Amino acid sequence: MKELEYPFDPGYILKKKRSIKRALLSDGRPRTEKRIAVLAGSTANEIVDMLELFLLDIGIAPVFYLSEYNRWWQDAVFGEPELDSFAPDVAFIHTSLRNITAFPRIDEDKAAADALFDAEMEKFSAAWDGIKSRYKCPIIQNNFELPFFRIMGNRDAYDYRGRVNFVTRLNAAFAKHAEESDGFYINDINYLSACKGLDKWSDPACWHMYKYAMSIPEIPEFSYNLAAIIKSLFGKNKKALVLDLDNTLWGGVVGDDGVDGIEIGPETHMGQVYAEFQRYLKLVRDSGVMLTVCSKNDEENAMAGLNHPSGILRPDDFVMITANWENKDANVAATAAGLNIGEDALVFVDDNPAERAIVASQLPDVAVPNIGAPEEYIRVLDRSRFFEMTAFSGDDLKRNEMYRQNAARAAQQSKFADYGEYLDSLEMTAVIDDFLPVYLPRITQLTNKSNQFNLTTRRFTEDEMRAVYSDPGYIRLYGSLKDKFGDNGIVSVVIGKIDGDSVDIILWLMSCRVLKREMEYAMLDSLANRAKAAGAKELIGHYYPTRKNGMVKELYRDFGFEQVSCDEEQNTCWRLALDGYTPRTEHIKIERNE
Amino acid sequence: MEEKEVYERLNEVFRDVFDDDDLEVNAETTADDIDDWDSLSHITLVSAVEDEFGIRFKMGEVSGMKNVGEMVDTIISRAQ
Repeated sequence: MKELEYPFDPGYILKKKRSIKRALLSDGRPRTEKRIAVLAGSTANEIVDMLELFLLDIGIAPVFYLSEYNRWWQDAVFGEPELDSFAPDVAFIHTSLRNITAFPRIDEDKAAADALFDAEMEKFSAAWDGIKSRYKCPIIQNNFELPFFRIMGNRDAYDYRGRVNFVTRLNAAFAKHAEESDGFYINDINYLSACKGLDKWSDPACWHMYKYAMSIPEIPEFSYNLAAIIKSLFGKNKKALVLDLDNTLWGGVVGDDGVDGIEIGPETHMGQVYAEFQRYLKLVRDSGVMLTVCSKNDEENAMAGLNHPSGILRPDDFVMITANWENKDANVAATAAGLNIGEDALVFVDDNPAERAIVASQLPDVAVPNIGAPEEYIRVLDRSRFFEMTAFSGDDLKRNEMYRQNAARAAQQSKFADYGEYLDSLEMTAVIDDFLPVYLPRITQLTNKSNQFNLTTRRFTEDEMRAVYSDPGYIRLYGSLKDKFGDNGIVSVVIGKIDGDSVDIILWLMSCRVLKREMEYAMLDSLANRAKAAGAKELIGHYYPTRKNGMVKELYRDFGFEQVSCDEEQNTCWRLALDGYTPRTEHIKIERNE
Repeated sequence: MEEKEVYERLNEVFRDVFDDDDLEVNAETTADDIDDWDSLSHITLVSAVEDEFGIRFKMGEVSGMKNVGEMVDTIISRAQ
């Protein structure tokens, strides 16, 4: 729901929570039920209400258990019948600075401060152990926000008696426990409160009047951060970014401004901002998130922009690069299909509100953040917590490579829609030239076994073929074809007999391995060139039907020949004037033998 | 700020918070008149009023308000 996407309006969500919940519950989306125990050391009702909205929005239907006021520790350590029967899927321990039992006193020695520290850790450890042994579910634990006053001023940070120092030690110990334990996760309110500022976060009025550990307007963002952890635990993270190029990855429009005109890199302020964004995305990529491009551009321009010398991201950093003039919603849908992931795993990043609107309206499952101005891109994407990593494994690092291979295969298939693009992607090179003695055995063999793509089905012995080879009255062509998958070797043979102004095509055949690759056009182009060079004005072709060669019955018509005759046996004769002949080959690079 | 305008905006806030488009508040309205107006929704309400008028009530003001009329008086005095 748009209202719940970061950056959201916390006041609006708080005020409208009832109607938002109603709308979410009536949207008919399927949701997974999850049972969430909230063991809170302060009032948590508003936190639970907000958490419910954010979870509903990401496809989780939460059921809550909320501990009695300040019974969090007793519930965790000693259990509680209602909680036992609730059987939580996840337990959230909502504690804060207000739940620290005792701070070091300024007249105490270091040993006394250490004893307080140990006691505090034992208190929390007992709660964690209790939940783990009783409910065997993941635990999410708040760390601590920093104190909102400093008795010793700046010394509070480094003196063992300082509260700032004490809290920092506890946070480090919590982090160590999380690092060493499975199923234990920190909800980092130390970071969250820093983002908002302690003065905004720690509202004494909210504590003393309502026993809320934080100021009410901060609760939505708190719950959003918490929802991100739960979302990740239950496998609802996003997997890929779909990135626009112009004014998203660099400043300016590469197609208009040229690669030298776009802003990326240290030369301009805006260029620096885009470079920092690209560096951020590279880090995101390195963490296992897939990057893809979806840009309205000619592919050539897109690649030029991505190869800008001051750019950070390179074409290889993307598992898929889509640069064309199709509508973005179609391209984003194709990206999901190509990567074989759901549309709900994609985040669409585009500076253009119109593009965002069409993707959001056509593909409601795709996340479409309003990324703001270039200097806000990182903050918006980062705080949106699309890729919260509750787990991290070596597989995450390999994911990009794996998906790139899959995407390459899928791309081969999907590009059949635009056949020319598919042919280009094969990177074909043909060698078409007069026979060479060394090839005569293969040319003869191919000639005598080709049945389908064979216009005259005329057979030759090797000696007969050698005779043709040494007779200047013939134009002989063999064609071999290689592409990025390998070399197909010799696949086509054409022989024309020079007859005054005409070249009479007595043999035209091709291996069916390379059907629909444009190889027949490449052969025709070469034949036309040679015939013209020999002074011919026209090509004469023949089609002699057999039981097997029906597929080439209309070949000469497709080539642009006109039919001149047809006998009772359906043998046809065709003619093509060479004057004004234009080559047909578009997707094969044609070479001659060395 | 005119008292009339404050009541109009306040009415909208009450309707949003209690999810009831028919709600009309006046100076004498108290928590007893609205079913869902309990101590928890009171917190939401105060926060929403603060958000609407761009003010923060002092603790003493929040606990001292007897009815909607006193809330309106406080809002008007703060806006001056």
